[in-house]
Amino acid sequence: MSIADAPKTPPGSAPGSPGTGISRRQVWGLFWLALAALFIWLVFADWPDWVKNILLSKKAFLSACLNGLTLAGLYFLVASGFTLVFGLMRNVNLAHGSLYLLGAYIGYEIADRTGYWLLGVLGAFLILSVVGLLMQVVVFRRLEGDDLRQTLVTIGISIIAADLMLAVWTGGTYQILIPDWLAGAIKLPIVTAVRSNGSIVLLSYPFFRLVVLALAIVIGIGLWLMLNKTRVGMMIRAGVDDREMLSASGTNVHLIFAVVFAIGAGLAGLAGVIGGSALSVAPGEDVRYLLASLVVVIVGGMGSITGAAIGALIIGLAEQIGLVYFPTYGVVLTFVIMVVTLAIRPQGIMGKSQ
Amino acid sequence: MNADVARDPATPARNLLARIGTGHFVLAALLLAYPLVSSDFFLTQIGGYSLIFGMLALSLSLLAGYGGMVSLAQISFAGVAGYTVAIFGENNSNILGFGWPWWLVMPLALFFAATSSALIGWVSVRTEGIYTIMITLAVATAAFYFVRQNYTLFNGFPGYTGLRAPIVFGVNFRDPVPFYYMCLVAATLSYAAVLYAARSTFGLTLQAIRDNPRRMRAIGFDVTAHKVVAWFYAGLIAGLAGVLLVWFNGRISPGTINVAAAINVLIIAVIGGLKHPIGPFIGALMVVLMQTFAIDIVGAERFNTLIGVFFLAIVFFSPDGILGLWGQLRQRLAQEDLRSRQ
Repeated sequence: MSIADAPKTPPGSAPGSPGTGISRRQVWGLFWLALAALFIWLVFADWPDWVKNILLSKKAFLSACLNGLTLAGLYFLVASGFTLVFGLMRNVNLAHGSLYLLGAYIGYEIADRTGYWLLGVLGAFLILSVVGLLMQVVVFRRLEGDDLRQTLVTIGISIIAADLMLAVWTGGTYQILIPDWLAGAIKLPIVTAVRSNGSIVLLSYPFFRLVVLALAIVIGIGLWLMLNKTRVGMMIRAGVDDREMLSASGTNVHLIFAVVFAIGAGLAGLAGVIGGSALSVAPGEDVRYLLASLVVVIVGGMGSITGAAIGALIIGLAEQIGLVYFPTYGVVLTFVIMVVTLAIRPQGIMGKSQ
Repeated sequence: MNADVARDPATPARNLLARIGTGHFVLAALLLAYPLVSSDFFLTQIGGYSLIFGMLALSLSLLAGYGGMVSLAQISFAGVAGYTVAIFGENNSNILGFGWPWWLVMPLALFFAATSSALIGWVSVRTEGIYTIMITLAVATAAFYFVRQNYTLFNGFPGYTGLRAPIVFGVNFRDPVPFYYMCLVAATLSYAAVLYAARSTFGLTLQAIRDNPRRMRAIGFDVTAHKVVAWFYAGLIAGLAGVLLVWFNGRISPGTINVAAAINVLIIAVIGGLKHPIGPFIGALMVVLMQTFAIDIVGAERFNTLIGVFFLAIVFFSPDGILGLWGQLRQRLAQEDLRSRQ
């Protein structure tokens, strides 16, 4: 990244030329270091009163941060599929939220009938992959190169899907039960308060949410490895950069598209089961996660897995911290982040400019 | 549309009547005479409602058809106008409601709607093409969640009730016939404005920018400014529709501007056709008729499936909507005609 960027920087604009002190990158490095140090201090220190005055209690702050992190994990799972599909096919799949919701319902049904939660997760992933494959082969291949019509079609599909899901699963709220070995809370080695008798209170947090976070990280690394270290990943990246050239050099582009669409849809379905277990499943969730995916990829940059991770982290944290500190304006915070990103860097944080 | 453009330079506009065209006169006569033959239900629930949604879709079609920017946030700008009416005018929700007169509230509502539209437009024109849909969808969704959560300004979930159309010079605009004519006047104004603007220098520049922004920028046109001005005009029309919509419903709540409503506007515009400003009104009439009568056929619950399938069919088979179908039909008839003559 840095090597690729270096030649683009005009010599005059860089304040980091020798002799002028520290470079711009060093300033940013120091800034991030200071921020990280502040955060670590906030996590481990015994809070003095003036900090408590600003940030309420340490427990509220840390819970908000952890909730933000797990939500970011969930958002990443949903948005990574969305961003992959967009990056490769220039196809804005506005039915992505519907895929999430369908995955959640299917996962619920499988887990409920068989009693195995893991089977639900796997089943939702596989079934949604097939659904995504069908969408690509039956619908999008016919409208290739027509962005607007593809997008309109996905809107139509999302309307029909939402209505049919309402017909089958009605308007109720479902909760996917997680197995015992994932349930319960664990104590984290973080002190939230010291009692007057000297005993310390540790922060306890639902174990499952930490699993969600870990899963998101594992899948994120897996995706990154697939994209950067395998042959298929190389083809996908080549396709993102120049679809025509990839096709001309003898690769079956449609096969690659189908694979990417299947992975993207499958990830949405998987996220549905995870989200339905950690939170709940109800009509309207499709819109919520579509919005999350949209904002995450707009902020993070289209077609970039790293961007999706950064975007998910920012949006997830902003949403949860906003929920604690200014409840009715939480959504505005998300919106402001999006606008600021667009104003400063229209292509998103990790996006490539066209 | 194409036929119109081709004909225009050939026949120099002799007078105003010729420029307006016979079709418009017939249409105007039909619309003006409509209250004579229709019941109150058909007058407001079908007539007025179609005109209002036609205006909303028109504001989208102005951006999409002439500017190449498909916006899903038009209903949000209508909502800005609607909430302005509720907050600055009179409501019976016992929150805010400054009780300003309608001739002050209405321009204010239009101003807020147009300004917010221009602002969102200014943000979204930083990117191009398909991004606009994503950004405006995000804006519409965020606006919906925001007004639903915020009670101090927007009264949250219930929203505002008791918003009534004014009584002006003894004419009560809550009554069906005056309300219908008010909608008709507003729709006609918007329609004529779009039609006029499309052939003005500004409109032609906008269409050129849609077709090739890089070249226009190279020639020296301010691409961003033209686009933002288009957003401003679109916001004006959406705001006008928003004011009429709250007077029609008598209330405004987050449900009025939710994502389904935002997508509904897009569906209307696409079904009708984006190529000519009459398209949105045709689309609105179709959708409103379907909403009213299809419920008897498929039941109220599965209505969305029906409209979704209809929408998909239009997108697949006639990208230019019903107007496009009409064009294809006319072409085919002309060919048949030629064949039969040989």
